[in-house]
Amino acid sequence: MTALLEVSDLVKTFGTGEAETRVLRGLSLTLDVGEMAALLGPSGSGKSTLLTILGTLMKPTSGRHAMLGQDLVAANDRALTEFRNLHIGFVFQFHNLLPDFTALENVVFPTAVRIGRETPAALQRGRELLTRMGLEARIDFPSANLSGGQKQRVAVARALMNRPELVLADEPTGNLDRASAMQVMDLIAEINRDEGTTFLISTHDEKIAGLCRRQIVVGDGVVTG
Amino acid sequence: MLYALKIATRYLTASKAQTALLVLGVAVGVFIFIFMSALIGGLAEFILSRTVGDISHVTITAEDRDPAILISPDGMILAVIERGRARTATLAEAATFVPLIETVPGVIAVSPQITGAGFLTRGAQVAQVSVTGLEPGRESAILNLDGYMTQGSARLGAGLIVLGETLADDLSLRLGQTLRLQSSSGVSAVLTLSGIYSTGNGMIDASSTYVSLSTARTLFALPQGVTRIEIKLADLNAADATALRIRALTGLDAVPWTDGAEQLMEALNAQAQTGYFLKSFALITIVIGVASALLLSTYRRRPEIGIMRAMGAGRGFVIFVFVTQGALIGLMGGLSGAALGYLALLPFPSRDAFEVGTLPMDITQGSYGLAITLTVIGAILASILPARAAARVDPVTAIGQ
Ligand SMILES: Nc1ncnc2c1ncn2[C@@H]1O[C@H](COP(=O)(O)OP(=O)(O)OP(=O)(O)O)[C@@H](O)[C@H]1O
Ligand SMILES: [Mg+2]
Repeated sequence: MTALLEVSDLVKTFGTGEAETRVLRGLSLTLDVGEMAALLGPSGSGKSTLLTILGTLMKPTSGRHAMLGQDLVAANDRALTEFRNLHIGFVFQFHNLLPDFTALENVVFPTAVRIGRETPAALQRGRELLTRMGLEARIDFPSANLSGGQKQRVAVARALMNRPELVLADEPTGNLDRASAMQVMDLIAEINRDEGTTFLISTHDEKIAGLCRRQIVVGDGVVTG
Repeated sequence: MLYALKIATRYLTASKAQTALLVLGVAVGVFIFIFMSALIGGLAEFILSRTVGDISHVTITAEDRDPAILISPDGMILAVIERGRARTATLAEAATFVPLIETVPGVIAVSPQITGAGFLTRGAQVAQVSVTGLEPGRESAILNLDGYMTQGSARLGAGLIVLGETLADDLSLRLGQTLRLQSSSGVSAVLTLSGIYSTGNGMIDASSTYVSLSTARTLFALPQGVTRIEIKLADLNAADATALRIRALTGLDAVPWTDGAEQLMEALNAQAQTGYFLKSFALITIVIGVASALLLSTYRRRPEIGIMRAMGAGRGFVIFVFVTQGALIGLMGGLSGAALGYLALLPFPSRDAFEVGTLPMDITQGSYGLAITLTVIGAILASILPARAAARVDPVTAIGQ
């Protein structure tokens, strides 16, 4: 297996002086290409913080972070924005979609924002992804009118739009009922199996975690298992 | 950036009522801008036409020659030829100058005149009047006598006199009556009242009289030449330049109306300044309105901005989305405000038909293009602050995971 990303001795502190909180305390982790891993740990253990750093949305206080052979700690905002666009997909728990846009418009966003317009090829891929997510009837639906489960499936489709190597999902099913959660997880598993996309999914749900081949447990700011 | 434009438009159409209100606010500002432009422009036009429209724009008066002095070789003044009480100073070669002046570009009318003072007698009543001899056929060249006639005709001929309503009332005169006019030169003439006018100018209505040039020649004992040449121009503002030109051409002392009209010019200037001031306020209101509305919008859309940033939208893209919204609002507000302003100005009489008592709005001076341009620029400037705030949104806190 080849390593997709590597972080080592990650430290992240918030605030200074009295109010300083050390969330990550020298965390090291390697993810290989094609992995499907669950990120577990008690509330406040730093799962979201880790995902945010891995997603280049935030820089660590110290430590190393490299992906696809690129040092992401040193990179500037412009470079990180482009890197994110091309190589990383996100699925969040809340606030996932742009409410004033249709399902399809949301899905093609990562491509359109890079090229500068919604190309026919992008729209074609967007439709295919939505169809694959079982949303062919909702392609041109305003995203604000979708159900929670449908929204998360649109978010998964969008995360895959630019064929990223890594998809980071922070409690993607945290808001969903069991059936919807399972549907979303099945789709993720299918993409992971068919396309080799690496997934890292944070969850509090043992059942969801059980669907992943690897479980990473965070505690006290380091990986404990 | 077609895509940023799409997103900007979607944001604006997503909250239609809010956008409509914002555009309306901008439109009102533009409306005020245009209304002020039309009013200040129209007012200046009105004041100028009232004060200067009926007077000569460039005037040539006969130079009073200094009294000739006879000085002896040892410096003693031997004799002084006293300037007579009667007007002797004339523009002797007036007849040759008139056609020449008429060829000067911008000159629309030339009126050679003989002016003087006299006493008008009707029975036991006497009034002191000014007398202007006009060339028949050019009665309305400077002062639009024809347009002000209330009775009779402005047409001057031998033995006819035209005078103002106030004077006619003072002397209880009726059309067709005969009057005696004695000039300051001591010549008397019996004249028939052939027309009464009312200009609205107290002086002219109460003490001016008009006779034909030949009648004036007799009255003032001036067998040839004239005492004054009045010139009307197509463009009031060209008076200074045209006067210079006429001076160069004829060697006569041509004086533009602006000489001695400093107060009027100052008043018009002050009025224009007030206009700029009010228009600037209208623009500032637009800028503040757009800035605050967009700032609110960036705050409301923080999570979305965070998502866009996470999906690979650069700061520049976010800035573009919000600046484009500002530009679109400015454009829509500018266009609708200009249209609104134009429609509101339509019912006002045109600049040629300003009436006393109504606002002299000049629809042609609405500065529509300027209003729209400044509004779009203002709205773009107004959106820079919110756009920068949007670009600085931290995706992590905005998404709030
Ligand atoms: N911007 C911030 N400023 C200060 N403290 C923060 C900030 N973000 C996170 N923290 C703190 O860091 C710690 C870890 O938070 P994080 O969200 O990573 O936990 P988590 O494992 O995702 O928790 P949960 O399972 O509840 O989502 C918490 O104590 C939190 O209060
Ligand atoms: Mg979390």
